[in-house]
Amino acid sequence: MTPVLSVRNLKVEFPTRRGVLTAIDDVSFDIAPGEVLGVVGESGAGKSITGTAVIGLIEPPGRIAGGEVLLRGQRIDNLPPEQMRKIRGKRIGMVFQDPLTSLNPLYRIGYQLVETIRTHSSLSESAARKKALSLLEEVGIPAPDTRIDAYPHQFSGGMRQRVVLALALAAEPELVIADEPTTALDVSVQAQIIALLKRLCAQHGAAVMLITHDMGVIAETADRVAVMYAGRIAEIGPVREVIKAPLHPYTKGLMGSIPSLAHDSDRLVQIPGSMPRLTAIPSGCPFHPRCPRAFVPCPTFRPELQPEQSSQVACWLYHPFPVTAAAL
Amino acid sequence: MADTTALLVTRITTRERIRAVLGSDLVYSFLRSRVTIAAAMVTAIIVIAALLAPLIAPHDPYDLRQLSLLDSHNPPAWLSGGDMRFLLGTDDQGRDVFSTILYGSRQSIAIGVMATLFAGMLGISLGLIAGYTGGTVDAVIMRAADIQSTFPAILIAMLIDGTSRALFGEQRNEQIVFWVMVLSIGLSFWVQYARTVRGSTLVEKNKDYVLAARLIGIAPVKILFRHVLPNVVGPVLVIATINLALAIITEATLSFLGLGLPSTQPSLGTLIQIGQKYLFAGEWWIAIFPGITLAALVLAVNLLGDWLRDALNPKLR
Amino acid sequence: MSVMTSAAPPLASEAARPLVEVKNLGRVFDVSKPWLNRLTEGLPRRLLTAAAEVTFSINKRETFALVGESGSGKSTVAKMVVGLIAPTTGEVIIDGVSMSDRRHDADRRRLRRRIQMVFQDPYASLNPRWRALDIVAEPLRAFGIAQSEAETAKQVGELLRLVGLDPADGTKYPHEFSGGQRQRIAIARALACNPEFIVCDEPTSALDVSVQAQILNLMRDLQDRFGLTYLFISHNLAVVRHMANRIGVMYLGRLVEVAPAREMFAKPKHPYTRMLLDAVPDLDLTGRKRKPVEGEVPNPVDPPPGCPFHPRCPFANERCRVEMPQPILTGGATVRCHAVEEGRI
Repeated sequence: MTPVLSVRNLKVEFPTRRGVLTAIDDVSFDIAPGEVLGVVGESGAGKSITGTAVIGLIEPPGRIAGGEVLLRGQRIDNLPPEQMRKIRGKRIGMVFQDPLTSLNPLYRIGYQLVETIRTHSSLSESAARKKALSLLEEVGIPAPDTRIDAYPHQFSGGMRQRVVLALALAAEPELVIADEPTTALDVSVQAQIIALLKRLCAQHGAAVMLITHDMGVIAETADRVAVMYAGRIAEIGPVREVIKAPLHPYTKGLMGSIPSLAHDSDRLVQIPGSMPRLTAIPSGCPFHPRCPRAFVPCPTFRPELQPEQSSQVACWLYHPFPVTAAAL
Repeated sequence: MADTTALLVTRITTRERIRAVLGSDLVYSFLRSRVTIAAAMVTAIIVIAALLAPLIAPHDPYDLRQLSLLDSHNPPAWLSGGDMRFLLGTDDQGRDVFSTILYGSRQSIAIGVMATLFAGMLGISLGLIAGYTGGTVDAVIMRAADIQSTFPAILIAMLIDGTSRALFGEQRNEQIVFWVMVLSIGLSFWVQYARTVRGSTLVEKNKDYVLAARLIGIAPVKILFRHVLPNVVGPVLVIATINLALAIITEATLSFLGLGLPSTQPSLGTLIQIGQKYLFAGEWWIAIFPGITLAALVLAVNLLGDWLRDALNPKLR
Repeated sequence: MSVMTSAAPPLASEAARPLVEVKNLGRVFDVSKPWLNRLTEGLPRRLLTAAAEVTFSINKRETFALVGESGSGKSTVAKMVVGLIAPTTGEVIIDGVSMSDRRHDADRRRLRRRIQMVFQDPYASLNPRWRALDIVAEPLRAFGIAQSEAETAKQVGELLRLVGLDPADGTKYPHEFSGGQRQRIAIARALACNPEFIVCDEPTSALDVSVQAQILNLMRDLQDRFGLTYLFISHNLAVVRHMANRIGVMYLGRLVEVAPAREMFAKPKHPYTRMLLDAVPDLDLTGRKRKPVEGEVPNPVDPPPGCPFHPRCPFANERCRVEMPQPILTGGATVRCHAVEEGRI
């Protein structure tokens, strides 16, 4: 079965006057139909840029410098902007951290929904409005027939994000890209939106790329998770495996550094240092200066993502390292 | 702990500072814009020439002994009837136009700079106080600014000029006229600084670093000048540059209207005013050369201001 | 080495009285439109009760945490405790001295040195135009702690080292540091005047998890080393569980439950606390059955009558809709809830 989204060796660069910065380097992953792939990482890991690259919205002078993005086997990274605009909204729905970036404050939400539906389908005005109403009901807006004519500022943060979800799903997309959809919300509302996102995408059969820094959200929502570090994928695998038995030393450190509700811990696991800036990504494995288990090949040779148990991991601990490295 | 003490006491060396400046985004964006470089060069040439006027001017237009009415109304040197001693010709009193332009630019730039400084200091102080204190003080200062901005600069200048005439009589000396100009132009420009600084101060005063300073009991005046001020001067620099151009123009306008500097100590505006009387007599050089200098100076300073505004605006980078 | 020696461990007798007592603290903000607009548009005055009837105490060397969602008033309480906002009602008593009592001016000034604050956003809490060493030196200079410039420089170096920074980096400006390093600078500044009590307002919520772990570990180390007392404000229950001895849960400006940390996580009493604990996604608790959470936090400008939580509460009855519950003691916890009082839950 063809994956809904297939990213192959994606490379994103930002030319600056101090040289070309590589924000994403050789990132590959697939999302199967109906699957939720979590993309997790700390700030600077490149998770959001990966999402923006997929939907072709990298801001110039940034550019995709290599690799390809395939939607149902069709290449979309080299499409002209006009065609890409049609794909966004129709085949790929988007949800961002701040609902106000997706909603135009000057128009009633009903109008925005109807416009989106009609742009991507041949429905009549009244049929589109009927569909908008049912979408609003589906995302849990109380009294949708009166709220449909309200403006975005008349909704609370959680309700706005529900409207954005309705908007993202309006054209029945095959893929939804959600970039930190719950970060701006309160804990209690966050749980509602996560549950809603999961239920809706299952019902509509949409695959989801869920980008977040919150491992808890990933644990609740995703089927598989990709852990990013310094513009590369360190580890990708089924959520349960990655959380319970992480392979990559970075993932291990990351999991240990999250305080838990379930048990007391005297000290959190601490990864020394911080995420490298794009201007100074270390050679070899980018994590090696912070890695407690770094050894001979790590500073020199870059590990590729290779299968290990049910996951894939980019770490020399799990693969035979190059012979030339042993000679050093 | 001697090692750390030594490290900490060491101030940033001059060389490091120069390197930091040369590597900064400001210098980078400057070097990338040819218009800006040209504008900077024009400004520099005019300012340096004006500053060095006593050294490079072939004649001293203030020295009456050097003047001769026989030399008056001479056309520029390359025209027939031109005199090689007077490159750009002479005016009605026989003064060398080139020299008077040098000395006139000096007056114009001096008044512009002083007026801008005065407006800036007044506006920044009032803006800081209004923004930080809030309440009634803020309301009073900002209403005063509203009233001020309903008066055009020329009207204020005429008011102050009139007051000074009443105070000092018609025979005011150049010193007094100079300061009257600075005061009247400065007074009409402070509003923009005050509004801008007040706005940024409202934002900055609620930032946590100000709270942290309040927490350890730093006095409000100290907080204003040591914490808030350095963080609100960015936009002020842009306003100041553009205002400098405006101030020079305003001074020229006032002088042209006869409110400004007298013809014995002419500024660029005074020169244009003198020259315009002879324009229709075909003696265009008396007005046109000071006019070109004024236009070039104002345009160049304005372009510098535009560049500064864009370079300091992180959104446009 | 004055930084380290002057923070002697407290004597046993001192532990009898809580270091910080917050009594019936409340704050009302006027959020009305300007007078002229109110007059022309016929609008009433709008008052926001950011905090009301907040009472708790913190013992020496203890970490007391306030948790709540946005609009719960936890940050307002923090700012009142350090004296950045004047309370409308109630008072804060620190080491027996009331912070709102004009008669103890000299005492209050002396207390200033003993209270410090660490802010949420390390990008906003450090003056971008100041070098790190000047930022850390500011309290030293303000309180006249160091006698000379050399002495100041030496102490700044020690402080930077204490929070895990290289003293040589002191000449850098804030933008040259990462988020975690900036928060370390902010902690060094807070420690500069040897405080006993530090109010931490969401100190790690702007940071990445791995950096958060570094900062939380550092704060605990410093607490052990100097016998610090913390008031820890956070919306993150897992972080609070990791840090706090006792926890207060705030909802719409009121403390709805105060309990020892262990007890609160083992047996949450107030329906809101239960809901919060249920709502947090947690790595170790995936797959558990979660009760669907209803509704959102109402606008604090016009809170619901009676118990402010009643519109979202599955146990609400008629009494909850009209009568504000008063705090009652059950087990080790203080709870404001009619349902708990009546034994319905």
